[in-house]
Amino acid sequence: MSFKVPLTPISRPAKASVGKTGLWRFLKPVIELKKCKKCGLCWMYCPDIAVTFDEMGFPHINYDFCKGCGICANECPTGAIKMVREGL
Amino acid sequence: MTSRMDVKKLVLTSNYAAAYAAKLARAEIISAYPITPQTTVVEKLAEFIERGELKAKMIRVESEHSAMAACIGASATGARVFTATSSHGLLYMYEMLWWAAGARLPIVMGVVTRAIAPPWNIWTEHADILSPRDSGWLIFFAESAQEVLDMILQAYKVAENEQVLLPVMVGWDAFISSHTAEPVDVPSQEIVDEFLPPRKSAAFLLDVKDPVSHGNLVFPDFYMEFRYLMQRGMESARDIIRKVDEEFGKIFGRRYGGLIEKYRCDDAEYALITLGGSSGDAREAVDKLRENGVKIGLCRIRVIRPFPVQDVVECLSNKEGVIVVERDISMGLCGVLATEIASVLFMNGIQPKFASFIAGLGGREVSVEDFLKMLDFSLKEFQRGNKRVGPHWYGVKEEVIP
Ligand code: SF4
Ligand code: SF4
Repeated sequence: MSFKVPLTPISRPAKASVGKTGLWRFLKPVIELKKCKKCGLCWMYCPDIAVTFDEMGFPHINYDFCKGCGICANECPTGAIKMVREGL
Repeated sequence: MTSRMDVKKLVLTSNYAAAYAAKLARAEIISAYPITPQTTVVEKLAEFIERGELKAKMIRVESEHSAMAACIGASATGARVFTATSSHGLLYMYEMLWWAAGARLPIVMGVVTRAIAPPWNIWTEHADILSPRDSGWLIFFAESAQEVLDMILQAYKVAENEQVLLPVMVGWDAFISSHTAEPVDVPSQEIVDEFLPPRKSAAFLLDVKDPVSHGNLVFPDFYMEFRYLMQRGMESARDIIRKVDEEFGKIFGRRYGGLIEKYRCDDAEYALITLGGSSGDAREAVDKLRENGVKIGLCRIRVIRPFPVQDVVECLSNKEGVIVVERDISMGLCGVLATEIASVLFMNGIQPKFASFIAGLGGREVSVEDFLKMLDFSLKEFQRGNKRVGPHWYGVKEEVIP
């Protein structure tokens, strides 16, 4: 194997240094944009920076990194975000 | 006129000798929390900094856990770091000890050995310094104030060696050493600088211009390799400790024999094994027995980790009997040293007669007379054909045991 481990594990700043954390998710946030007021609270509370906005100002979720914690759904004042079981 | 070979003869306790050593090593960051009997180490260092004699930053913290955390952070930036603690303080930083070793940081720490409560007791016992023996710290143990000073200088040189890159704790006994003043040769800064240049080596460095983080998650497919690398560092350390001791001897004129110190051992039929401050009394007991024609020697353990396997095997392979006297007890088994020495002997196919004593817990005195009694008892048992003696709790007051 040409790869050699260093003396102690170190990591350099990178997008999600432990990889695509979306794989950890079993509940998935789904935004019903009709109910969305573009307040941005989901973006602000998301601990994984997995919420981004489109040019219209609507939030979208990056499912590569969303861990499915449900914080956004809990914070959304209009109930626009539902947590649904993965694969359904 | 001052020369680089100038030596100041000062009367120092082991605690002050440790502070002088950290100063001569040009420690840049010191972080510690006070605990009896360690306090005067850090007091002296604070005084050095206050007087402008030592250019170091003293980081004050609210606990030993934080003290070690500060040392870890500082050492990760490449600084030379010193701290000292004792007993409960060492236990309180126990988790951080493993982080320091796993991050391969060459921190040097003084440990003034003291018993662990309850019952509260501030006197010497080796339970504290023996507890982290599996953590990846090198563990040295000094007998005198001079050795404390010399050992700390050597400890930096060993810890910072690229083949080692592991932290080192240097132990000495509460009060017997920590608060007992002895004449100490304090070398000049110039000559220490020659022996110990500024720290260069690191497994990684924290640098804002090239940021890295350490302490990452490693899955089962690579965790084992990191532990293997630590063990390899430990194995390399044995030879490096011997070489550093040799180099130290050439420069400073004092040598200690590496991982163990042998006294009248070569032609001995019996060997007494000790650790730390009471070894002086053990040496006297050996002399007394020699006067009576008993061929006995002393093997003082100076390095507990890495364990001096080869040295112990060489020293004990031709002995009729081995007697271990130690200030610790691994509850539910026997003394730690006895266990380790017996296992090393067994694994190398050596089976001398073997006696083991637990003595002097919680600072109870172990005098020349006490050593003579233990040795006398062991030799008689050996002659009677008993190959295994003890473990005995020497001097325990049976009359007060319910
Ligand atoms: S479920 Fe959690 S991780 Fe996913 S978008 Fe919402 S707040 Fe972020
Ligand atoms: S919290 Fe709800 S309403 Fe606010 S932006 Fe997010 S989805 Fe829209």
